[in-house]
Amino acid sequence: MAALEEEFTLSSVVLSAGPEGLLGVEQSDKTDQFLVTDSGRTVILYKVSDQKPLGSWSVKQGQIITCPAVCNFQTGEYVVVHDNKVLRIWNNEDVNLDKVFKATLSAEVYRILSVQGTEPLVLFKEGAVRGLEALLADPQQKIETVISDEEVIKWTKFFIVFRHRVLIFITEKHGNYFAYVQMFNSRILTKYTLLLGQDENSVVESFTASVDRKFISLMSLSSDGCIYETLIPIRPTDPEKNQSLVRSLLLKAVVSDNTQNGVALTALDQDHVAVLGSPLAASKECLSVWNIKFQTLQTSKELSQGTSGQVWYYGEHLFMLHGKSLTVIPYKCEVSSLAGALGKLKHSQDPGTHVVPHFVNWETPQGCGLGFQNSEQSRRILRRRKIEVSLQPEVPPSKQLLSTIMKDSEKHIEVEVRKFLALKQTPDFHTVVGDTVTGLLERCKAEPSFYPRNCLMQLIQTHVLSYSLCPDLMEIALKKKDVQLLQLCLQQFPDIPESVTCACLKIFLSIGDDSLQETDVSMESVFDYSNSVHDEKMEEQTEILQNGFNPEEDKCNNCDQELNKKPQDETKESTSCPVVQKRAALLNAILHSAFSETFLLPHLKDIPAQHITLFLKYLYFLYLKCSENATMTLPGIHPPTLNQIMDWICLLLDANFTVVVMMPEAKRLLINLYKLVKSQITVYSELNKIEVSFRELQKLNQEKNNRGLYSIEVLELF
Amino acid sequence: MGEFKVHRVRFFNYVPSGIRCVAYNNQSNRLAVSRTDGTVEIYNLSANYFQEKFFPGHESRATEALCWAEGQRLFSAGLNGEIMEYDLQALNIKYAMDAFGGPIWSMAASPSGSQLLVGCEDGSVKLFQITPDKIQFERNFDRQKSSAVHKMIVDRQYMGASKRKCIVWGVAFLSDGTVISVDSAGKVQFWDSATGTLVKSHLIANADVQSIAVADQEDSFVVGTAEGTVFHFQLVPVTSNSNEKQWVRTKPFQHHTHDVRTVAHSPTALISGGTDTHLVIRPLMEKVEVKNYDAALRKITFPHRCLISCSKKRQLLLFQFAHHLELWRLGSTVATGKNGDTLPLSKNADHLLHLKTKGPENIICSCISPCGSWIAYSTVSRFFLYRLNYEHDNISLKRVSKMPAFLRCALQILFSEDSTKLFVASNQGALHIVQLSGGSFKHLHAFQPQSGTVEAMCLLAVSPDGHWLAASGTSAGVHVYDVKQLKLHCTVPAYNFPVTAMAIAPNTNNLVIAHSDQQVFEYSIPDKQYTDWSRTVQKQGFHHLWLQRDTPITHISFHPKRPMHILLHDAYMFCIIDKSLPLPNDKTLLYNPFPPTNESDVVRRRTAHAFKISKIYKPLLFMDLLDERTLVAVERPLDDIIAQLPPPIKKKKFGT
Repeated sequence: MAALEEEFTLSSVVLSAGPEGLLGVEQSDKTDQFLVTDSGRTVILYKVSDQKPLGSWSVKQGQIITCPAVCNFQTGEYVVVHDNKVLRIWNNEDVNLDKVFKATLSAEVYRILSVQGTEPLVLFKEGAVRGLEALLADPQQKIETVISDEEVIKWTKFFIVFRHRVLIFITEKHGNYFAYVQMFNSRILTKYTLLLGQDENSVVESFTASVDRKFISLMSLSSDGCIYETLIPIRPTDPEKNQSLVRSLLLKAVVSDNTQNGVALTALDQDHVAVLGSPLAASKECLSVWNIKFQTLQTSKELSQGTSGQVWYYGEHLFMLHGKSLTVIPYKCEVSSLAGALGKLKHSQDPGTHVVPHFVNWETPQGCGLGFQNSEQSRRILRRRKIEVSLQPEVPPSKQLLSTIMKDSEKHIEVEVRKFLALKQTPDFHTVVGDTVTGLLERCKAEPSFYPRNCLMQLIQTHVLSYSLCPDLMEIALKKKDVQLLQLCLQQFPDIPESVTCACLKIFLSIGDDSLQETDVSMESVFDYSNSVHDEKMEEQTEILQNGFNPEEDKCNNCDQELNKKPQDETKESTSCPVVQKRAALLNAILHSAFSETFLLPHLKDIPAQHITLFLKYLYFLYLKCSENATMTLPGIHPPTLNQIMDWICLLLDANFTVVVMMPEAKRLLINLYKLVKSQITVYSELNKIEVSFRELQKLNQEKNNRGLYSIEVLELF
Repeated sequence: MGEFKVHRVRFFNYVPSGIRCVAYNNQSNRLAVSRTDGTVEIYNLSANYFQEKFFPGHESRATEALCWAEGQRLFSAGLNGEIMEYDLQALNIKYAMDAFGGPIWSMAASPSGSQLLVGCEDGSVKLFQITPDKIQFERNFDRQKSSAVHKMIVDRQYMGASKRKCIVWGVAFLSDGTVISVDSAGKVQFWDSATGTLVKSHLIANADVQSIAVADQEDSFVVGTAEGTVFHFQLVPVTSNSNEKQWVRTKPFQHHTHDVRTVAHSPTALISGGTDTHLVIRPLMEKVEVKNYDAALRKITFPHRCLISCSKKRQLLLFQFAHHLELWRLGSTVATGKNGDTLPLSKNADHLLHLKTKGPENIICSCISPCGSWIAYSTVSRFFLYRLNYEHDNISLKRVSKMPAFLRCALQILFSEDSTKLFVASNQGALHIVQLSGGSFKHLHAFQPQSGTVEAMCLLAVSPDGHWLAASGTSAGVHVYDVKQLKLHCTVPAYNFPVTAMAIAPNTNNLVIAHSDQQVFEYSIPDKQYTDWSRTVQKQGFHHLWLQRDTPITHISFHPKRPMHILLHDAYMFCIIDKSLPLPNDKTLLYNPFPPTNESDVVRRRTAHAFKISKIYKPLLFMDLLDERTLVAVERPLDDIIAQLPPPIKKKKFGT
């Protein structure tokens, strides 16, 4: 449940906030510290938990800061731009901003954007983007113009999506809005036109954005008081074309549509947004938290002294200018559960302890990951000495691998993957394997001829993949009819959906014997039955009888005419495997896979009848093999169990009985199965009889022990 | 080893009384248990849970409360309105004092142990000061009528349609001000005594919760319910590293079939007792440091003393009950058979005599002479001696009157082998020797206790030749008296653990002593030293399984023709120790129930060891050798006891 906690004022000192409020609040490299840039000349570093400033830097009289100060997370230095073109870089020890590193750029800067784990980006007012390091190498370099004349950047944000850096900025020209998405790994800039829908006259007041795997969800607060959402694909389908994006209404009338003051919007997490503004025309300004999933107002806080219409959200803190002072409102959204709501769950977690999620978060690089190492490395080199050095950031092996995947030949990729797997247990091993597979599959989809089979096999055998992580993998393998890979997937993945299992089964049953010969499937689960048949031929009769089923025993008189005609055929059928060994191995992989009956049954109906018969014959054969020994198990290393066999026989018959019963070639099989069931019933009834007899014996035994009050007995001690 | 005809007797209709109160004394690690017939038993938890002392019951003295105070002084109070103190040395009641408040239902000692509070039927609470040799009334707290400081209303269980009033069966007051109550609605409730508010409530049973006991550290307590369940509650931290603690119901135990009337909490164990007569000691595994046999659950059902005596000559058994004696004659058979056969009876066992005591007091001890013509028994205030005459199938009984005054209360009675002498251990510590001849009676001598000691003698043993008499108290060593010379012969060195049984072997006059820690010693009376065999045994040590048995040896006897054999038994086995065979070590199989069938003689000889054990008869209350080839075993199956108990609370069982 989302909740706003008690607010507190960060500075009692009145900031020289202009009518537009503050220039910005940015994170520093320490979790608790934030850089506040006012619209005048000052940058202040605040420690939030102590509610006090740690440092304050001002530019000279006459100069004016034009871009909020940010922290370069890789070096721990602060970067600010004053007078549009002058870049200043300093760190905590510096006192006077006048004396710190200075670089004068050739174009006007809109924003410097910095996020954890990567170097800061400089976005120029003309839309060009440069990495800070590259820019500092040659500050006077020519900056190109990207956006058209009169187009003005309104808002920008910088993300790391799936280890790729993505920059989005919104421009406005004559009431039309455009979104630019810059991908840094592919250096693709995509331009989108944002269509405002019916309400063409409304002005967008505030933007915020969040990302998931595939989309940037751009939320905008319009002057009509509604929040709209626009989904921008991260990977453009056609970067050349100018594309249009339609926005959809997300929340209606969260603020009144004719507020005097500014309104602001910021995304808190996947489901929550904070909105600053007056809910009703006349009322005071409020900070409200909305759940966009359920479209409900979660909490709200009145800010009676008015705000500047700006709000920033970092970590667990919402920053805003309330009246004349900078106010921090802690925000918490605890996972709500039914037990918690009913008061059954004790929130026993100590404050301050960080809950480590039990799953690997694929989206964000882990703290100990490669990005961090990288920053460690560059942090050692101080800026001042670094100016002359040409910058060549070291590419981590995983990145290298990914870039290899994108470009190089199959063979080269295989070598690289093998190299990477040899390194193995790096902390982000899971992440990189996931990335690699995704990358490979993406390329597979893009280039139909590209199919790095060996790489995929190796990656599957790392045991870190699952179906849900790379659903495309089995899809492609199914398309390519790669039974070996499918078998491997069936063995390794714990979470294959029934539809896919069934698709695999279809391929395994339909694939020709000759094409099977070429494949190299794992034969672990198959035992060479043909050898054992000869050895055990003599014992067979008695052994089968032991478990209550003998196919040759002539008990079922009325249904046996056909059977009697070809007794030799029948014997042959029951003792030799109806499928080739490789197919048997594949089918065993199916038998071993987990399934849920309800989900599997509908898919089984789609399998052609002759394949069903074949599979049934194979299952029946396995059953016969099972009943040959007393433990009811099959020989081999990892054979299917009796329960698995029986489950599948039942399932197949359940799904296809009406079809199978009509097939003349399946008749004898059905008769055999019928006899099998009948004999099982006989066995169980016999067992019941034995159980009752034993119980009676036990009773007798008890009576024997329960002697009368007096007896004379003989005892011999040894 | 030998083949025996065994008279397997199951007609000893003994039913122990239900347990009413238990009180644990931390200082001496002893447990006092009172039963519904007024008997009070003292168990020494340090000595392998041996029941070392007991105070016989009394019909009018239903004990309702039992507590230790002022160190190791034991007090009880009951429905006769009296507070009693027990003399743990002389094994008698020191005094009884009327509280003048009607029947007493509860009693508690102050934490310092210097004051005693009793709750009486008339609603008053009376405070007594404990003086060095008595208790003294100090003040009376009258029934609170209107000036109640707090009234804690205990809810009725609203689920049932019961209209009965909710009765609080027990309360505990913790030092932090928490009051814990247990009530007939099946609830354990925590109250804040400062505000009188209910803090927490646990519904743990559908029936009454009848008892509660809190550990000294107040971090754990135990409650017992009428369903036979015992629940353990512990004060545990809310989360693993927080200081905030809360009471949590941790473990349920179901060792009883009937009401758990009383519970106690020792530092290492939960103790419970109730209507089903079992005393259950359940060690808390987290508190047990060494995982030895003390960590096992103990269920004590039968007394650790012999209630049966036997006349070998006439094949008679005398059974002792609380208020009567029964004399039975064993049957006979002419048939023979092989091991395990039940032989057809040519004559069944006869119930010869039912001898009821006069007065409300329980019988302390009884004995029948080996010749079968004398029966003696004693209550707390009177000693009875009867002469029996047998004429064919008729039996006549004649009481020997005019007992001397000093023979008032006997703790143990024993006849000499030739039935001419009677030995009586009185509760004053003296041992009396009485000459019996014809129908007459003559006091021969009294061995007075050593000056300064008042310890009562609980066990007697006389040598078959009538020369030696051994007597053992509860703690000091065994004294051996010369009956011919009428003087103390020697004293067997004192051992840490109490004696549970002893007997003197024929011919050799070796005294065999069994202790509660399962050690067995053999002491040569003539030589005044332990025998070589005993020294060998001590040197090598007993088999670990022998030492792990949990019931004491209650009877020892000898084979008249085989001097190397010692017969002894506890409740679950009987054993013949053949001193001529090598002792078993921990690697050999101590108990092998299967006869050697096709093993070669060599193997048999190699694996044979001194301990021949049989576990066929159990629970075994008495076993003796009637003649060379005949044994008598008295069993008391638990099912027969349960059948005589009141029915337990009916519980729905799944599938019934």
